Amino acid sequence: MLRIPAEMKRKKYWKETLEAYLYLLPAFAILGMFSFYPVIKSIIISFYDWHLLRKEQYFVGLENYQRLLNDKNFLMAISNTFRYVVGFVPISICLALIIAVLLNNKIKGRGVLRLAYFLPWVTSSVAISMVWRWIYNQHYGLLNMALASIAGFVNKVVELVTLGGVAQVWEFSNINWLMEPRWTIINIVIISVWKSIGYYVVIFLAGLQNVPSELYEAAEVDGASRWQSFWKITLPLISPTTFFISIIAIIGAFKLFTEIYVLYTGNPGPLSSGLTIVYYVYRNAFERYRMGYASAAAYILFAIIFVFTLIQMYASRRRVHYDF
Amino acid sequence: MARTEMLPENQMWRYRLSHFTKRFFLYAVLIAGALIMIAPFVWMLSSSLKAPHEISLKYIKWLPETPQWQNYKIAWEAAPFSTYFRNSFFIAAVCMLIEVVFSSLAAYAFAKMNFFGKNVLFVLFLGTMMIPGEVMLIPNYITMVNFGWIDTYYALIIPWTVSVFSIFLLRQFFMSIPHELFEAALLDGCGKFKYLITVMLPLSKPALATVMLFKFIGSWNAFLWVLIMTNTPSMRTIPVGLTYFVSDVGAQYNYLMAASTFAMAPILILFLLLQKQFIQGIARTGLKG
Repeated sequence: MLRIPAEMKRKKYWKETLEAYLYLLPAFAILGMFSFYPVIKSIIISFYDWHLLRKEQYFVGLENYQRLLNDKNFLMAISNTFRYVVGFVPISICLALIIAVLLNNKIKGRGVLRLAYFLPWVTSSVAISMVWRWIYNQHYGLLNMALASIAGFVNKVVELVTLGGVAQVWEFSNINWLMEPRWTIINIVIISVWKSIGYYVVIFLAGLQNVPSELYEAAEVDGASRWQSFWKITLPLISPTTFFISIIAIIGAFKLFTEIYVLYTGNPGPLSSGLTIVYYVYRNAFERYRMGYASAAAYILFAIIFVFTLIQMYASRRRVHYDF
Repeated sequence: MARTEMLPENQMWRYRLSHFTKRFFLYAVLIAGALIMIAPFVWMLSSSLKAPHEISLKYIKWLPETPQWQNYKIAWEAAPFSTYFRNSFFIAAVCMLIEVVFSSLAAYAFAKMNFFGKNVLFVLFLGTMMIPGEVMLIPNYITMVNFGWIDTYYALIIPWTVSVFSIFLLRQFFMSIPHELFEAALLDGCGKFKYLITVMLPLSKPALATVMLFKFIGSWNAFLWVLIMTNTPSMRTIPVGLTYFVSDVGAQYNYLMAASTFAMAPILILFLLLQKQFIQGIARTGLKG
């Protein structure tokens, strides 16, 4: 008598399992085909000397990885990518936080301002990199012309202040942004900070609105300055948001490709100064058809991103306040 | 506020002055920042309407003397942009529709059903979000070559019809709908599928809108995959077509800027119309982490 309900329960469970699998089937089939399988397949390919246009592929073990770590271009791609990440991530997060904190005040026209900051994020990287290519133009670009007028203004002010004693403090000559290797990573950092900052601002604003306003009121009663309450209240309490943003920023930054490709019209910049890991993968796989070698490079990228995710997770366990 | 009203006259003045300067700097910084954000767009529009001699001026001129509207026509006709647009619209729309169906089904199973291997499957799904798409690029390309799908819509649509991000987002939303409703409906003899269609989906409109909007924009802006998968102009989408257009027109920036403008116009218009859903959607994704 007691067994029957248990039996029925089990039957119901398996019936529901079958039903659930039917609901999951389309998603699982696509993911299996284009995500699970390729992740495994990719690591297998990376152990082969795999040329796309050749019928037979040769197993080489770890040789691709060994060769990569001795390949000057690959090491340069890693260093370029790191320089970009180190530039982009802190700058964009700090600026986004500042703007979000300012926007979180009671101000008029907040919606319009937020819109202005957010606009670049929805536009296509290709179209927008094209616009920046024009802005960076050496002779007729907006950036050089704007810098020239700022320099002229500064010189005039200094001249007036010193009563003509100092004529030229800032001698500005047009910068060749796109041809000089030292500017390449900076160019890309500027574009991507400009493009992604609005997205981070919106997420920060959501995080800021979750901080209970009683805390600020209590701090004010206790005589804390705005500056103090930012460091002691705002920053600790929005750390889950900061954590989330820094993870997506780092992961996204390691995958830099499109901006370089468009800004330098299908080249990795002067003297390959914009050769990133993904660009390196693209070049080896789809311009030279060395699939095994490129797969190994892609897996090294994966490993780097994975290490960063782990570091972040570990750090967050100690510092991030998830509840208050 | 109550405290400031009790301040003596001279201190009140100082308070007001410091309050005023603070406000002034707040607005000044925010507006200056916003102007910098907008400037590239304005410069793009302005350049797209300039005559050739105005493009090569050595000082900043925001307004063209007479707007050269024909730049748009010339740019449009210089490359098969109408084909690119048709492809972009078709691919983005189909991806979006299939994705919202597949994701809703999967999210429904994860949110409301109890089944064998649920946690394992969910972790497996979420795990794919940690893997950079670039790792899968090469095997997927080989798969496409083997299928004979290079230069077809299949290659541009089918791999992108599922997004774990959407499944996760919809699952979160579905779980917030009271479970008692679900049980009551099942007791009344409503089937699970009927419940999804008649109750769950209509209640989840904001989440569905977010998912669809993200997919449409993501698909419209997709670049690397399309670049690799297409060889013929007739299959290209707007972003890929635009990069080929550059090599055609070279340094004629008024045409390039006109092309950039109409390449981003549909998404900008969509965004301006659906701003609220959009920003709420992002805030929603950011909150959970």
